[in-house]
Amino acid sequence: MRYNERELLSLARQPAEKAAEILMRVPKKGSVLKKRLVKLVVNFLFYFRTDEAEPIGALLLEHCRITKEEENVFSISFIEEPERKYCFECDSKEQCQEWIEALKRASYEFMRRSLIFYRNEIQKMTGKDPLEQYGISEEARFQLGTHKQ
Amino acid sequence: MKLNERSLAFYATCDSPADNAGFLYKRGERHTAYHRRWFVLKGNMLFYFEERESREPVGVIVLEGCTVELCDSAEEFAFAIRFGGAKSRTYVLAAESQAAMESWVKSLSRASFDYMRLVVRELEKQLEEMRWGLAGGCRGSPSSWKPKPLGLERSPERLPALPTVLPKENSCAVWNNTPGANRLPDTSGCGGHDGEGNPRPPPLPPRRRASSSESGSAGAAAAENPSTFCRLHEWYGQEVARLRQVWLERLRGPG
Repeated sequence: MRYNERELLSLARQPAEKAAEILMRVPKKGSVLKKRLVKLVVNFLFYFRTDEAEPIGALLLEHCRITKEEENVFSISFIEEPERKYCFECDSKEQCQEWIEALKRASYEFMRRSLIFYRNEIQKMTGKDPLEQYGISEEARFQLGTHKQ
Repeated sequence: MKLNERSLAFYATCDSPADNAGFLYKRGERHTAYHRRWFVLKGNMLFYFEERESREPVGVIVLEGCTVELCDSAEEFAFAIRFGGAKSRTYVLAAESQAAMESWVKSLSRASFDYMRLVVRELEKQLEEMRWGLAGGCRGSPSSWKPKPLGLERSPERLPALPTVLPKENSCAVWNNTPGANRLPDTSGCGGHDGEGNPRPPPLPPRRRASSSESGSAGAAAAENPSTFCRLHEWYGQEVARLRQVWLERLRGPG
């Protein structure tokens, strides 16, 4: 699939929501845990060799499942291939929990659901659509009830 | 750089609703011929397929940080997706009608994750303000925030993550639902809000905020409304009682 790599690389250099050196294992046969710089920017998780400026790879975090595996370990898998897991071993269970929470909220789809929730709540309280003043109330992305979990 | 392409393809073709979809002409990179492709916009990802029935996209344009502009082109209804870097490619697309072009320009220019995040934060803030009992008719919520065109202003600071817990329902803040009591702030004038993603300041007690708001008129109303005062008194009182309890327990020590 073609993609605009230059822009994605540029995105990888942006300030991150969260970044840390974490042991990571990719779902490839025979792969082992390796220390990586892991960086969360918008809905992408970039991972770098610790001494390199360009990421080895990027994961788009849509339709993914974040699971706590063992004590300090969490995994990312995607719903169409739930057995293929990217594993991350953190330094502490606190760090592990923080990453799990951050990654669960990192998808565009999660934000869309939040927005629909808030819009609905505000509309219930005030009888008015808070998106109207921004001129975006008709857009499909913000409609109630049209988006599946 | 590796990308989880299989998951991307799944995202493109799964039945989650698209934010926009339709045929567009895409100008080639090296040759200036236009190719008709089926485009699907989901979130901040613009996928394109050879045909509408294709099972996998030919490609995807990650839209984060782009600007969308109308285009001076021989082709009718043309517009461009531009990125900031020096050697960045500009994607020139053309719609099949004026209406389609406008619809695409509108949805693409608001497709970024950053934009969505700003809107969510703004609504979250509005909801919190409401739940903190500004029932007395405060019209001063600072929200003249205007949607910014993509790519022109990116916050250089770290953006705080969204809270995991949605604002708690305060057990004694009873929302006043009488018609006319709550008016949504209008967008004209009131300028205090920072939409740039700077960390939100902790919410001010309603009394102070109301008087410091630029529209000004709400302060008196909030202060004089007895039911608002009683609610606030009770609410702060409960918090003080809780804190005192914790403090006493600490004094007693473990065991």
